[in-house]
Amino acid sequence: MIVAERKPMEELLQMTAPFGKILVAGCGACVTVCMAGGEKEVEVLSSLLLIERKKNGKELEARKHTVERQCEPEFIKDLDPRAEGVEMILSMACGVGVQYLAERYPKIPVYPALNTKFMGGPVQQGIWTEKCGGCGNCILSLTGGICPIARCSKSLLNGPCGGSENGKCEVDPKNIDCAWQLIFDRMKNLGKLEILAEIQPPKDWSYARDGGPRKIVREDAVL
Amino acid sequence: MKSESRLEKILSAGKFAVTAELGPPKSADTAVINKKAAYLKDVVDAVNVTDNQTAIVRMFIGAACSLIINLGLEPILQMVCRDRNRIAMQSDILGASALGIKNMLCLSGDHQKFGNHPQAKNVYDMDSVQLIGMVKKMRDEKKFFCGDEIKVEPRMFIGAAENPFGDPFEFRAVRLEKKINAGADFFQTQAVFDIDKFEKWMEMVRARGLHKKAYILAGVVPLKSAKAATYMKNEVAGIGMPDAVIERLQKAADAKEEGIKICVETIERVKKIEGISGVHIMAIEWESMVPAIAEKAGLLPRPGVN
Ligand code: SF4
Ligand code: SF4
Repeated sequence: MIVAERKPMEELLQMTAPFGKILVAGCGACVTVCMAGGEKEVEVLSSLLLIERKKNGKELEARKHTVERQCEPEFIKDLDPRAEGVEMILSMACGVGVQYLAERYPKIPVYPALNTKFMGGPVQQGIWTEKCGGCGNCILSLTGGICPIARCSKSLLNGPCGGSENGKCEVDPKNIDCAWQLIFDRMKNLGKLEILAEIQPPKDWSYARDGGPRKIVREDAVL
Repeated sequence: MKSESRLEKILSAGKFAVTAELGPPKSADTAVINKKAAYLKDVVDAVNVTDNQTAIVRMFIGAACSLIINLGLEPILQMVCRDRNRIAMQSDILGASALGIKNMLCLSGDHQKFGNHPQAKNVYDMDSVQLIGMVKKMRDEKKFFCGDEIKVEPRMFIGAAENPFGDPFEFRAVRLEKKINAGADFFQTQAVFDIDKFEKWMEMVRARGLHKKAYILAGVVPLKSAKAATYMKNEVAGIGMPDAVIERLQKAADAKEEGIKICVETIERVKKIEGISGVHIMAIEWESMVPAIAEKAGLLPRPGVN
């Protein structure tokens, strides 16, 4: 899923300061699961904004609504009646959702309430890590199902570098596991270490974002 | 001969090679280079010119290499994958060759987090193994990575690094082999402090016959103080600093002198290891000590080559 985190309150206060009537729009998908922009977080953020405004003696009307998914036009229609007459929409979706709202409401400024971080998942309650870099040409079959692009600090395809120590990455030994130690351990368990002895050629990054913004056209699915 | 490198000539003649390191200045000042080069001239066979090491901005490697060529030294141009994509790398390799640079050392590079621009975007279009392969292709096949022909190829003696003390230990010799298969002609290892572990690693290297396929130069670093050693132990990942070394420095009346002594002893020990073809003396910001170390370790005078 896409993992995001709410922006600092200070930034959000500054962002909303010029407006008197806003819509705080949540998303029921990934950001609900990672506790950043679902219904609950919409409630919390709206209350915080109202409290701050009261302190400053400036009126604020904060409408609230969470749709099932902000990244699909079908679902954001629900926001139409609530968006009527607001001066800005504060989207609590990932960057994708924010853009869908911006497209749908050409006359209303749409601002992001979250910082979209990565594609990943939880390791335990309250902790998420990055798993995939969306390189467009998956090589997990060669690396034991552990992604070196997203999880090695240097995206090495022929790791590990010399900074791997006790399973940790030199970049931040407290917080980052060395992806290549994980890959090595897993390949060893699978009895497939010989794959790691092969040289992986440089990646064709044209499949990734480096090739320009990407688009998928599925002729069979196009109506 | 794969190149016109003096280092290659010395190694292929079976002579014990000595290399050192020269960090370009954090300024446009050539005086720093002149000063460091003066310490190293006629004391070592070739000098690594480090590429924005620890991700701190320094003078362009190509320029620094060219400057030391003019001073009569042979440079080993270090190139890291952190700051260049394959286009910039190949362009720089052509330019390096045109400037008379005949040796390269291919590295993945320190992460920008450790440097003075941690906000920078890194590149890592390729890794060090892939860079080695690309330099070899340019030299031996006269082709760019994409396959386009190169009329006048860069004739580089190709170097790589390996850290015998990094994890997973049992994979380290395999990784050396990968680099040899990719095209590495010589290696400079991470600084050796734990000689026993280094010997174990060399056993694994010899078991695979790798010491016959590439020249291995053992890295050594003279330590200035127990504090410096402790810092390395705690802050530099994969350094393998034994406590005994730190203790020795603590107990010594003159830590600097002891540091040099340890360094010389290390050279004498690694020299005896089968498969070690030379030493790489990394006297970081202490280049002035290299002549004394080389002298004490019996590495002088350096052999001449034709
Ligand atoms: S190899 Fe590419 S697609 Fe596969 S997990 Fe890694 S970044 Fe994602
Ligand atoms: S220590 Fe491991 S994860 Fe970190 S950069 Fe090196 S190989 Fe990658």
